[in-house]
Amino acid sequence: MQNRLINWFKFSSPATFYPLAGRLAPIFWVVAVTLIAIGLYMSFFVAPVDYKQGDGYRIIFVHVPASWMSMFIYLIMAGWSAIGLTFNTRLSFMMAQALAPTGALFAFISLWTGSFWGKPMWGTWWVWDARITSELILLFLYLGYMALVAAIDDRRRADRAGAILLLVGVVNIPIIYFSVKWWNTLHQGATIRMNGQTSMDETMLLTMLIMALGFWAYSIAAAMVRVQSIILEREAGSTWAQDLIGERA
Amino acid sequence: MFETLAWIIRRDVTIALRRRTDVFTTLIFFVIVISLFPLGVGPDLDTLRLIAPGVVWVGALLASMLALEQLFLADHRDGTLEQILLAPQPLSLLVIGKVIAHWLITGLPLVIMAPVLGLQYDLSGEALLVMLWSLLLGTPTLSLLGAIAAALTLGLRAGGVLVALLVLPLYIPVLIFGAGAVEATTSGLGGGAHLSLLGAILLLALLGTPLATAAALRVSSE
Amino acid sequence: MSEIHRLEARQVCCSRGDRELLRCLDVRLESGQLMYLRGPNGSGKTTLLRTLAGLLRAETGEIRWDGEPIQRIRDQYHADLLYLGHLNALKDDLNAIENLRMDAAVRGSSLDEQAAWQLLTDIGLRGCEDLPIKYLSQGQKRRVALARLWHSDAALWILDEPFSALDVAAVDALQAVIRDHLGRGGMAILTTHQEVELTSGTVCRVTLGGEIPEVRHV
Repeated sequence: MQNRLINWFKFSSPATFYPLAGRLAPIFWVVAVTLIAIGLYMSFFVAPVDYKQGDGYRIIFVHVPASWMSMFIYLIMAGWSAIGLTFNTRLSFMMAQALAPTGALFAFISLWTGSFWGKPMWGTWWVWDARITSELILLFLYLGYMALVAAIDDRRRADRAGAILLLVGVVNIPIIYFSVKWWNTLHQGATIRMNGQTSMDETMLLTMLIMALGFWAYSIAAAMVRVQSIILEREAGSTWAQDLIGERA
Repeated sequence: MFETLAWIIRRDVTIALRRRTDVFTTLIFFVIVISLFPLGVGPDLDTLRLIAPGVVWVGALLASMLALEQLFLADHRDGTLEQILLAPQPLSLLVIGKVIAHWLITGLPLVIMAPVLGLQYDLSGEALLVMLWSLLLGTPTLSLLGAIAAALTLGLRAGGVLVALLVLPLYIPVLIFGAGAVEATTSGLGGGAHLSLLGAILLLALLGTPLATAAALRVSSE
Repeated sequence: MSEIHRLEARQVCCSRGDRELLRCLDVRLESGQLMYLRGPNGSGKTTLLRTLAGLLRAETGEIRWDGEPIQRIRDQYHADLLYLGHLNALKDDLNAIENLRMDAAVRGSSLDEQAAWQLLTDIGLRGCEDLPIKYLSQGQKRRVALARLWHSDAALWILDEPFSALDVAAVDALQAVIRDHLGRGGMAILTTHQEVELTSGTVCRVTLGGEIPEVRHV
């Protein structure tokens, strides 16, 4: 037990994590590209045509995994923040910051593809559906976090302030989701129930899972690349970073 | 301990009463925003009655957000915040005192003013009463949640705009249940359930937000 | 204040932004001792004072009060501490009496109107008690801020440039009150160029600005 603890904390130092991130990134890039390629092939050519929605439905193979990832990443960021505030590990805050743009990107993709899907299905670009509205609010939460971290010059303060905001956000998300759902059921009319009743074909589910895994690998790869540059930027003054820059030059 | 709480409330209210402009700017902003909608939407009473709950609530949301930046800023600038941080008592308790005072100064006037503005929108007496209740239960939550954002952005250059970005998503549940209560009353469903939920959210906020605000204040004044 | 207290800083490093201000300070202060903090502008005097007061988290190292880390016994430590920064911590719109009473309330003690009047007389501000603080001069404001020391029962005083903006009479009075405090077994940490003549106790001088802080006990 003692041994394992020491090992874990060894990688919480930015200096030791930097090369590890550098080794992990290419692996996850390859995994991401492969899975997304397979997933896209399956969603366009293997998955059967939906008898009600035609070919247009295929966009959900991007839409649904992107929504999953946008929520999942927010949770992971909050988790890193909790670790950072508890154990005072700088790397945890850097991980949260490295993940934020990816999370925001997935929230945006989810909204964009949702609206692309909505046009042929519902005849309008935007529907105030509970899930879409919640996704929009999630995007706002991401943007708020990134704006706060960017606005604070003192890094230590930025780290901790951002972490507190993420934890506040994660506590609020269920309340927000519940209230939006309640609001939506009271204003029924424009909404169409998307799934739940319709049973999903097995290949469709498999395709969605492959896409989700691909997005997941992409998130890790992107976060690793980003965390590397965050580490370098912050540790620029330290000896190990100077050595590294010297080697490159 | 609660004596200190009372002192903090007394101090902030006294100061606010000595420089009344801060109180009035929030209130006047609220009145103007609410009065602008009929000019934009048109004077048709049926439409106005329909949008009244949402308009009043969004107005209250914006007005209370506008006042947030000042919550800790004056204390931060003159050094009294440091003394509060160094007080040998739980910081979250003192934060509750600050928030209560802030609500009395900026929230309560809105609550009192809202029914008068509701008359402009031809709301029934019953709806006005429910609106009063919903604001009475909802605006303290806005102050409590807003305090977190005010503490996080303390002393930052982009403070005001940033507060809006951070706090508006968190305000959504209060907006939904607050406006929903009035709307449910006008449509004959009764706003009881909404009001209970607003009360529940207020209790949750009272328990949770002072801790977050206290942590944020310590981080921001480092 | 007859109890013996001690304040220790162990391997404390502080930084502001990316800049390391202070490297490895080891210092120990006991009841009856006075600590002077010296150093050129920007050498981290205020940062160190704020760290010792528990307002700033030390980058590394630990500060202990009576052997316990100050983060763990925060309320107890702050009950024993009186900190006065370069800001006066007075509300402009309140008068001196209200400010003093408010301040006492935040610190968890109480100061009745009578005692506040007496305090103002002691610091020579009788006659200004009804004026909001904003109408007082810099020196008068500083005196009101320092009036806290006259009724403080805190063991440790941390004062950032306490003598600035004061006239000769006020400087003498302040020196006397610090001397009495140390005589009763209190401790004080000051950043100043003004010396306080002591009748008892020892002095510790910390000079910042070099590669590592220099600590000398006299």
